[in-house]
Amino acid sequence: MFEIIKINLKTGRATIPIQAKNKEEFSVVGNELKNKIKQLLGGRSLHIRQIDAGSCNGCELEISALSNPIYDIERFGIHFVASPRHADVLLVTGPITRQMEPALIKTYEATPEPRIVIATGDCAINCGVYANSYAVSGPLNTIIPVDVNIPGCPPSPTAILQALLSILDRLPKK
Amino acid sequence: MSDSKKYFIARICSLLKLPANSLSANENEISAFLPLHELPLIVKRLCQMEEARCVFIGATDDRKNSKSFGLQYLFSIDKESLLILLRSKVPDHSLKFPSIAVQVAAAAAFEQEIWEFFGITPEGHPNLKNLLLHEDWPSETFPLRKDFDPHQKIKRVEKKSSNFLQVTGEGVFEIPVGPVHAGIIEPGHFRFSVAGEPVIHLEIQLGFTHKGIEKLAEGKTVLEAAALAERISGDASFAHSMAFCQAVEKIAKVTVPKKAQVLRVIFSEMERLYNHLGDIAGIATDVGFSFGAAQMLRLRELILQKNDRFTGHRLLRGVNIPGGVLCDLTAEIKNELRSFLNLLLDQYAPVEHLYFETDSLMDRIEGTGIVLEKVVRDLTGVGPVARASNVKIDLRQDFPYADYPNLKFEVAFRKEGDVAARMLVKMAEFKEAVSIIFQALDHLTDEPLVVNIQSLPEGSALGWAESARGEIFHWLRIGRDGKVERLKIKSPSFSNWRILPWAVQGNIVPDFPLINKSFNLSYSGNDR
Repeated sequence: MFEIIKINLKTGRATIPIQAKNKEEFSVVGNELKNKIKQLLGGRSLHIRQIDAGSCNGCELEISALSNPIYDIERFGIHFVASPRHADVLLVTGPITRQMEPALIKTYEATPEPRIVIATGDCAINCGVYANSYAVSGPLNTIIPVDVNIPGCPPSPTAILQALLSILDRLPKK
Repeated sequence: MSDSKKYFIARICSLLKLPANSLSANENEISAFLPLHELPLIVKRLCQMEEARCVFIGATDDRKNSKSFGLQYLFSIDKESLLILLRSKVPDHSLKFPSIAVQVAAAAAFEQEIWEFFGITPEGHPNLKNLLLHEDWPSETFPLRKDFDPHQKIKRVEKKSSNFLQVTGEGVFEIPVGPVHAGIIEPGHFRFSVAGEPVIHLEIQLGFTHKGIEKLAEGKTVLEAAALAERISGDASFAHSMAFCQAVEKIAKVTVPKKAQVLRVIFSEMERLYNHLGDIAGIATDVGFSFGAAQMLRLRELILQKNDRFTGHRLLRGVNIPGGVLCDLTAEIKNELRSFLNLLLDQYAPVEHLYFETDSLMDRIEGTGIVLEKVVRDLTGVGPVARASNVKIDLRQDFPYADYPNLKFEVAFRKEGDVAARMLVKMAEFKEAVSIIFQALDHLTDEPLVVNIQSLPEGSALGWAESARGEIFHWLRIGRDGKVERLKIKSPSFSNWRILPWAVQGNIVPDFPLINKSFNLSYSGNDR
């Protein structure tokens, strides 16, 4: 344990600053965001429900990387939740396979309004390499209304984070 | 070749009625054609007397040329490093073949798949039901037949009755979970039959991420199909593309430059490093030991960032192509990689030590989710799952490819078969992988990275690679036009998913996430 603490002290803070569009200091942007989320959602954090609708698990790998100590998404007041009923945002990955389509629609319907839908990764946007397959129903915007696209195969954690920050303006004020 | 091996091969050849010299010195594959009615007996002998292991069973639709469906059975005799590919034919007027599932349990799932995708029936199959296509799939619609249009939209029919096995009795109830799970993971549907806390039976329905990759590959050029192969399972992108590329290179009869072979080893071990760290972290997360998990996840992220820096892609996509690799390591980057690996080892060691010292973690994982050696052997489990149950198989050692024959490493294995054993195997493999990269870095020479593949002759070949989850096999057939005619993908998860219910049986429901994590199965790799 002490060995690890020693290493950690030597390494310093692992969590990296995220540059926003205007490239301001990380702490300034971070605080601004925190305030924004607080203002918009009345003191609670932004809740995200992730849905894999047939992805190759590359996008899941990058989305779960957001919670590691280097990106540490919770510091911005963004939180992944277990149920769509708790979610403000649906983060959907994959080309929407025929066999996931009914479950996706049910999950969408279970999410309280206003709900923001984000198509994450090339597959959700245009089905990627799986386009025109008999087993694919997608892309996402042909199944449910989409608010934001995050391109990439898979999109990097930074790209996902920046897109998440950009949607805050779309949430109705509380 | 040693005398004992010569004798062994002669014995196999006589069993398969082949001339004794059917195998040249450096090869490790035998291929034989058998009429359908002889198959069950010969398979039984191979499996029971020669300890052959059923790797996969595939099929092809050859009705256009020979008015029949082709069948391919791949067996592996690991102790002798021998692969046996048996081929057979099902005439298109009968559409039936004898099932071997009663003798060879592992064959059951492959036969179900052939029945579902080709519409040919394994006669005598003990449990013939849908595997990947769900209940709303119309009957008489077989995606892998050549007359099936890969781009059509399939209508939904009224659901047939559910095909879950139900456990009944006093106090027995069923817990359904999924397909949308609580965490950030892939979709699958589980039904636990429980009485009190312990699980009596687990039924798993997969297929939610079925994307028709095998069908999509047909008619594509090998370069297009290579991009598809990288997207079979995201965290095994490099291993899948390696298996695919090696199959192409065998058909083209080209030898990949030594440098590309060494680079392939380095990148596939980088893939193993980040996967194993993720799994080890996952075990800690699932018992609520977040300090340990955070440390492991930090190191894992550092590896992903190095991948990005060295190759331009965090998951190593676009690095492999048929004929070689597209990405070189400069002298400067080699040094950077060496010092990074040293740092990784230094920082990993104390965290590993902390894992062992944390009783709340070790108490939960020791004796949990035990997989018996017999279950692994019967269902041909692969990868760390097999190696944690005393089945010492590893393609890198048994059927070495790329630069692996020139590297020294130990294949880690344990006997206990529980969650702890699987974690310990992964921990040992993590350290071996670092040592492999160090050795491989010294093998890098100044050579071209890619050999040009001018044209592809008609033919078929097997390619394989040991991913972090276990063995991957790609059986590829190239048609007369030089394009992919059939691609059979055998992912490690396909076998290991069948083992999971056996590991869960008798354990309490709260331990399921832990057991599942220790398997770390790919839904997408299974469903394709």
